[in-house]
Amino acid sequence: MGSYIAIALFSPLLGFTISGLFGRFLPKNVTGIIASLSVFVSFVCSIMLFNHLHNGGDAVKLETFNWIAAGNISIDFSFLADKLSVWMMMIITGVGFLIHIYSMGYMHHDEGFYKFFAYLNLFIFSMLTLVLGANYVIMFFGWEGVGLCSYLLIGFWYANKEYGYAARKAFIMNRIGDLGLLLGIFMLFNVFGTTDYQTVFSSAGTANSATIELICILLFVGAVGKSAQIPLFTWLPDAMAGPTPVSALIHAATMVTAGIYLVARSSVFFVSSELASTIVLVVGLVTAVVAATIGLKQNDIKKVLAYSTVSQLGYMFVALGVGAYSTALFHVTTHAFFKALLFLGSGSVIHAMSGEQDIRFMGGLSKKLKITHFTFLLGTLAIAGVPPLAGFFSKDEILAKAFYGNGILVFILLAVTSVITAVYMFRLYFLTFHGEFRGTEEQKHHLHESPSTMTIPLIILAILSCVGGGLGLSSLFSHHHFADTFLSSVLTNANIPHPSHLFEIVVLVVSVVLLAIIILMTRSYYTKKQNVPTSADEETGFGRILSKKYYFDEIYKTLIQKPIEWLSNFAHDFIDRKFIDGIVNISGRGVTVCGNYLRRVQTGNVEFYLLAMVVGVIAFLIIYQLV
Amino acid sequence: MVLIIIPFIASLLALFFKDKLAKVLALTASVVQLITNFVLLSGFDLKANAFQYFSSYTWFNSLGLNFTSGIDGIAMVMLLLTNLASVLIILSSWDNNYASMTKFLSLVLLMQGALNGVFLSMNGLMFYIFWELALLPIYFIVGIWGGENRIKITFKFFIYTFLGSLLMLLALIFVYLHTPGDHSFEWDQMIIAQMTGWESTLVLWAFFIAFAIKMPIFPFHTWQADTYSVAPAQGTMLLSGIMLKMGIFGMIRWMYPMAKNACGCNYNIFIILAVIGIIYAAIIAIKQNDIKRVIAWSSVSHVGLIAAGIMTWNKEGLQGGILQSFNHGINVIGLFFIAEIIERRLKTRELTQMGGLAKYSRGFSFLFMVIMLGSVAVPFTNGFTGEFLLLNATFNYHVILGVVSGLTIIFCAVYMLRVYQLAMFGPEKDNGIRIGKLSWSEFVTLGLIVVLVLAIGIFPNWILNISETSVDGLLNIMKGGKTL
Repeated sequence: MGSYIAIALFSPLLGFTISGLFGRFLPKNVTGIIASLSVFVSFVCSIMLFNHLHNGGDAVKLETFNWIAAGNISIDFSFLADKLSVWMMMIITGVGFLIHIYSMGYMHHDEGFYKFFAYLNLFIFSMLTLVLGANYVIMFFGWEGVGLCSYLLIGFWYANKEYGYAARKAFIMNRIGDLGLLLGIFMLFNVFGTTDYQTVFSSAGTANSATIELICILLFVGAVGKSAQIPLFTWLPDAMAGPTPVSALIHAATMVTAGIYLVARSSVFFVSSELASTIVLVVGLVTAVVAATIGLKQNDIKKVLAYSTVSQLGYMFVALGVGAYSTALFHVTTHAFFKALLFLGSGSVIHAMSGEQDIRFMGGLSKKLKITHFTFLLGTLAIAGVPPLAGFFSKDEILAKAFYGNGILVFILLAVTSVITAVYMFRLYFLTFHGEFRGTEEQKHHLHESPSTMTIPLIILAILSCVGGGLGLSSLFSHHHFADTFLSSVLTNANIPHPSHLFEIVVLVVSVVLLAIIILMTRSYYTKKQNVPTSADEETGFGRILSKKYYFDEIYKTLIQKPIEWLSNFAHDFIDRKFIDGIVNISGRGVTVCGNYLRRVQTGNVEFYLLAMVVGVIAFLIIYQLV
Repeated sequence: MVLIIIPFIASLLALFFKDKLAKVLALTASVVQLITNFVLLSGFDLKANAFQYFSSYTWFNSLGLNFTSGIDGIAMVMLLLTNLASVLIILSSWDNNYASMTKFLSLVLLMQGALNGVFLSMNGLMFYIFWELALLPIYFIVGIWGGENRIKITFKFFIYTFLGSLLMLLALIFVYLHTPGDHSFEWDQMIIAQMTGWESTLVLWAFFIAFAIKMPIFPFHTWQADTYSVAPAQGTMLLSGIMLKMGIFGMIRWMYPMAKNACGCNYNIFIILAVIGIIYAAIIAIKQNDIKRVIAWSSVSHVGLIAAGIMTWNKEGLQGGILQSFNHGINVIGLFFIAEIIERRLKTRELTQMGGLAKYSRGFSFLFMVIMLGSVAVPFTNGFTGEFLLLNATFNYHVILGVVSGLTIIFCAVYMLRVYQLAMFGPEKDNGIRIGKLSWSEFVTLGLIVVLVLAIGIFPNWILNISETSVDGLLNIMKGGKTL
């Protein structure tokens, strides 16, 4: 079975090499097909591995070579496909494949077509390494790799200055998290002498609990960076500078969930770390609320979805924080379906609108973009949590786990966030697809449905968004929770009581009623009364704070960026130039003699000196040979 | 032995040729030298904890100056770096047409020979002589072919290194006077010199300052950015790529074993200085606008980490430091050459004058990107393994020092990506100057560097294995010698 791992990894790497080296000379379709196929091969491998594990097979291990060996540190380049890895693999390669297909249509006019596919393949390779690595260092390798691909793809249209800054911001904010993760890895080496998952987890009980708490917190710092949680979340909305398929693949479905994977992977540690779990819970909860409220006031179609992603990731961390690891993974899965769908849908809209992303200049698109409209609607219903679509089951489960695992406060905040989510999503939906068209005449004339390479992935993802909930039906409907059963052997879930049927029925009924009200109200506000949002500068009061994203960027600029720049100048102009050089100059005067010597050399005949030097040395060598 | 003679003879010969032929000769000599080095490596017993290819000839008996040379694993890595880097440096000068190219190349070769001598020496005085001999050519190179203000800057550089050399000589003589029996400058005698803790501390500080200036470590660094930016490209490469490794090597081979009775507490001070340097230089690098100065400051930052890791004197730190010395040499030569390639086309090094270069230079963008990533230490590039081991060692030495030096992974990304973004991305400047096609020598030089960056990133054990036994041996010598 090990060879399936090798093929799954090697295939996109080969795709990357082919697209990168020869893509320039190949027709666009060929490059696109090779790149997509390479991911499809990985997908097939994932299915084989999935089957193997599902039928009760053991986790598959693939050892290659010893990567780094120095003193007590020995790192093997080895891979492990257990149920958690394979679960992630399925999402990465499955959704990844669909997005590759979609990109063939979306990027067709771009001159950097082959480069785009090379990067995408490289991303899939890195992401697979991340989830398949058999120890924390290999995971870190993938972790940095996806960060790099994210950087390259956000800045894909590099001629635009702003995009370049967005790419850099993403890389640097991720690196802040990476430092935490790296220190966590050092601690692991320190405590266990290795970072190999199997060894580390089996001896987790031997370490003292304060150390484990610290390791968990450090690992979580890494997760905060990668999964865009407060305080390191501001890069993700800016990352929307990248082409839309990238937003769907990297910044919604896969890479940003790496933080959830990391915590779930370390569930043995986290489940026994009360402080760390509380931090995870609080950070997740605050992020979920804050990002959702910002989402209410955004006018860029992709930014709304970006804040929504941040908020949903917060949800997942809440689940991790209460110890419901398989629930978090379940939501990762459904979210991958409907958020990828929504992003690709928005891509289709942007494609039709000739690059326009502001929903204030859209409207009424449902008439021209029938497939996009219908699939987008399904995605909206799924994320809003309308039963029986996928989002309902995974969200509902998080709410239940939060209620039974923590308490009423967390439950209420999550429920409120759910309501806000539904509001901004339907606001987005109605402003985009209903009412009068508010763009230019030229755009109106140009409106068209996207080609089938783009719509087919939309349809498949829409189907998955509808039925994806089947992976984890609540006990009200079924006694068999597939995700939980499959994953529970590799995740150490906390013991949280099952929700009572009464609780589930109440939640179901209340959410259906609330959603119906929200849909009717947003429809009447945005479609019937034709209210169009104002720009951020015209907002007043709290709306303005929301439009300005709680001024996070401005605060960071004042508190971090400016002082560092000041310090840079101070260090260079004062400490270096005035202080240290001052001392040097004083001592310099003492050695004027040497200065005279040097000056003579400068003006003298260099050739002579050179010759003298070389001859002298050789003469010495010869003399002592003779002596 | 041969390693020293080849460059010296070539250096001499080069003087008698015209520019073009001199180039061919210099390149051939450096390639032959590299091959010789590989031959030596192939005959080198990785498992033996000994100085191999050992030879000793009496020279000036009265002075205790013997020509004693030998190679251990640590020296082998340094020699490989020197001889590999020399090929790259000479190749990088192929398109340059400096006035009196012959002399220039002759000096480069002379320096190569002297550097080999530094790493081979097993006699204190011989070490000192080669150390000084290696410095002379660089004064000339900076002083003659340098840019604006070169005299003033060379002078500052000279004062610094003069002070360093003086202290080193004094320390060597001091140790010599404490060697048992008839005094001797031989390394194996010097490491068993009988000194009190206090005397050892004195020697330690003298050596430290001498080597700290060379590397440089904060606060002995102020000569560096100026000298790097004013020197011709190859001069900068020599200084940063190879010469500063003399300081690192000196610490491992000479300072540490000589001063083993000194209180380990001194190392706390040294490591703190090194860690301050990491962050200090990184913060300065963020705001520099001259591409060469950014690289120069980044070099101070990276070398600070190497120094900190090595001075923890544990195996991971030493191994990481030796590996990273090699990597840093390769990467920094690549980066300075990139700066040179840009300057050749744009006639400026100001980042504000650049932009959008990526559009018409795909190959160059790619090569630049990989070398930059090596410097940022992304996994699978050579920088990662070194930095990982070094940070780990520093972290285990002291948590706070580890965290502070860890900030380098953030800052380094900040200033390197800034350089790449400002130069390569964004809208094109309207002056219409592009990078265009690289010449063959430019392409081969950068190509070789990129191959090395990736190859060592994937197989760092190749280097780590060479030095491993010797590092064990060194730590063995020191066991019980250091009191912390």
